[in-house]
Amino acid sequence: MSAVSLDKTRVHPVLTPEGLSLPFVVGSAGDRISAFLLDTLLIFLATLGVWVLAGISAALGLKELGFSVALLVGFLLWNFYFIYFEAHRGGVTFGKRKAELRVISRDGGPLTAEAVVARNLMRNLELQLPLLVLLAPDQMLPEAPVWGRLIAAVWLLAFAFMPLFNKDRLRCGDLVAGTIVVKAPVAVLLGDLTDRGVTRPAERRERPAARWSPPPPTPAFAPEPVAEEFPFTRQQLDIYGIHELQVLEDLLRRDDQGVLDGSILEEVCDKIKTKIGWPRERWDVQPRRFLDAFYRAQRGRLEQKMLFGQRQERKKG
Amino acid sequence: MPEFDLKSAQFRREREAAWKELEELLARLEKKGLESLTADELHRLPVLYRSAVSSLSVATAISLDKNLLDYLTALVSRAYIAVYGAKRRVGEAVADFFLQRFPWAVRRYFVFVLAAYALLGLGVLTGYRLVLADPERYYSLVGDAMAQGRNPAASDKELRDILYSGEAGPLGLFATFLFTHNAKIGMVCFAVGFVAGVPVIYLLFFNGLELGAMAALYQTRGMGAEFWAWVLPHGITELSAVALSGAAGMALGAALVFPGRHTRLRNLALQGREVALLALGAVAMFLMAGLIEGIFRQVVHDVGVRWALATLTLVFWTWYFLAVGRRAPEGPA
Repeated sequence: MSAVSLDKTRVHPVLTPEGLSLPFVVGSAGDRISAFLLDTLLIFLATLGVWVLAGISAALGLKELGFSVALLVGFLLWNFYFIYFEAHRGGVTFGKRKAELRVISRDGGPLTAEAVVARNLMRNLELQLPLLVLLAPDQMLPEAPVWGRLIAAVWLLAFAFMPLFNKDRLRCGDLVAGTIVVKAPVAVLLGDLTDRGVTRPAERRERPAARWSPPPPTPAFAPEPVAEEFPFTRQQLDIYGIHELQVLEDLLRRDDQGVLDGSILEEVCDKIKTKIGWPRERWDVQPRRFLDAFYRAQRGRLEQKMLFGQRQERKKG
Repeated sequence: MPEFDLKSAQFRREREAAWKELEELLARLEKKGLESLTADELHRLPVLYRSAVSSLSVATAISLDKNLLDYLTALVSRAYIAVYGAKRRVGEAVADFFLQRFPWAVRRYFVFVLAAYALLGLGVLTGYRLVLADPERYYSLVGDAMAQGRNPAASDKELRDILYSGEAGPLGLFATFLFTHNAKIGMVCFAVGFVAGVPVIYLLFFNGLELGAMAALYQTRGMGAEFWAWVLPHGITELSAVALSGAAGMALGAALVFPGRHTRLRNLALQGREVALLALGAVAMFLMAGLIEGIFRQVVHDVGVRWALATLTLVFWTWYFLAVGRRAPEGPA
């Protein structure tokens, strides 16, 4: 599913000027790491390419120029790749796009260039210093005893792994720049499940032509007797809540995508029938048809209740 | 009893076209940038965004279709960033940085900049006096790597040769190396400010010590003026960049230690962005210093010209930091 699951994930709400609270989902540590690795790999390959070019130009007699350019380009790549792309692309680098991540300003304002600069300059402290102390301790701390280096390494690694120690997965750079990395999924709008298997009834004539009423839906089919096939009573529809409805929705959508075991639908169908006390004499139903009808009826009921200010989140009993 | 046509489904049918239109615009915008939209489409964007915002608030009130809600949330979030996340052309941002924000940031953190210069100066003075009093101390102040043969044991000729060595390898390569090396250190300076700024103070002072010690060494051989003529053409720019990096580190540390009336986290976020401007500007200054050091100094050996350039850079930076971009920056860069 491409849909964002809001369960179990941490949400960073941003209030838009329109007064709407947008629940940005905090990017997970795993996503952050894979995005970072991808970007680093890219930088590494680019640097490698530049040095290969420098080698070629050296062979052609342009030794000094080639190496100067390679040195400079390498420097720019390692230090300004993130800054350039995050500033230019609205908080997204190549790796972040692949991992569906985006840098935003924590206060919800625009992501400014200086925030991008600040958060990326901190990489020096987070990554490069720890690596240096680990790999080339003599350069950083000459004549220091081994345990001294060890302490320094631990101390600096604490900065590198900072995102793991807070719920918003903020690294030092995010703290300094006031930014946060959030999920930026491109969600796909799937069909409305209530449209499934149902041909819409002809426009109801009895509807009063109020001034604000939207244009009537165009298709004019004869109502199919689906509702009569599964007549649910109000009591039956008052059992389940929103959570169960959305679990059912997820199930049906996965069935639509064909990634569901055949028997699951039947099991769920039986469970629901037992729970709501479906009459025994009509027990034998085609599961998908039954579930579609039930979903539609259940959603209609819950939405109706919601309009009257009653949000039933969970099932009763 | 269940209705055939749910209100939420009906609502969706009526609004869906606008969502799709917005989605298509966003896809193009995110992939190819603002330039890929026509003027009409640019006008449509905020309109569609606002209609999507209203759709989302209606949908949260009336619909239980999870896919629809997730879709709208994601769509509005994307549109929100596109509409409010002001993006600018690179050239414009660069010009604004050098003409406005960088000198402004220097003035904004003037106290820290002055303190950084003072620390640097104090280091130079200390190193100078120490070595002048006892040349043997030179060895403990200047490491071998830094000294590169410039130590009290070297002859006058060796010392002089270093000041006028024109053929010291390929110019461009040397300049690039100097720049990347120094700029890196400047950026580290800013970053370690996060550790309450303490390492920065040490770095600044120690940098000064080395320079002072070296100056004292040349002074004892009667080449003091020539030494400064060798250092200062690029040194004014480079030491200023060092001071700015150090000031950035100290300001960041201060923002963390003395949060004022904000919370520590909020204050850090507020100041960090502005302080980063200092570090970024310092990188640009290191580039200039590297060019002067790597090219000019290797080519020009005349002491008079060297002094002239040193004066020129001093006048330029004084003017730049005090006079340029006096108008406070409007809005975010």
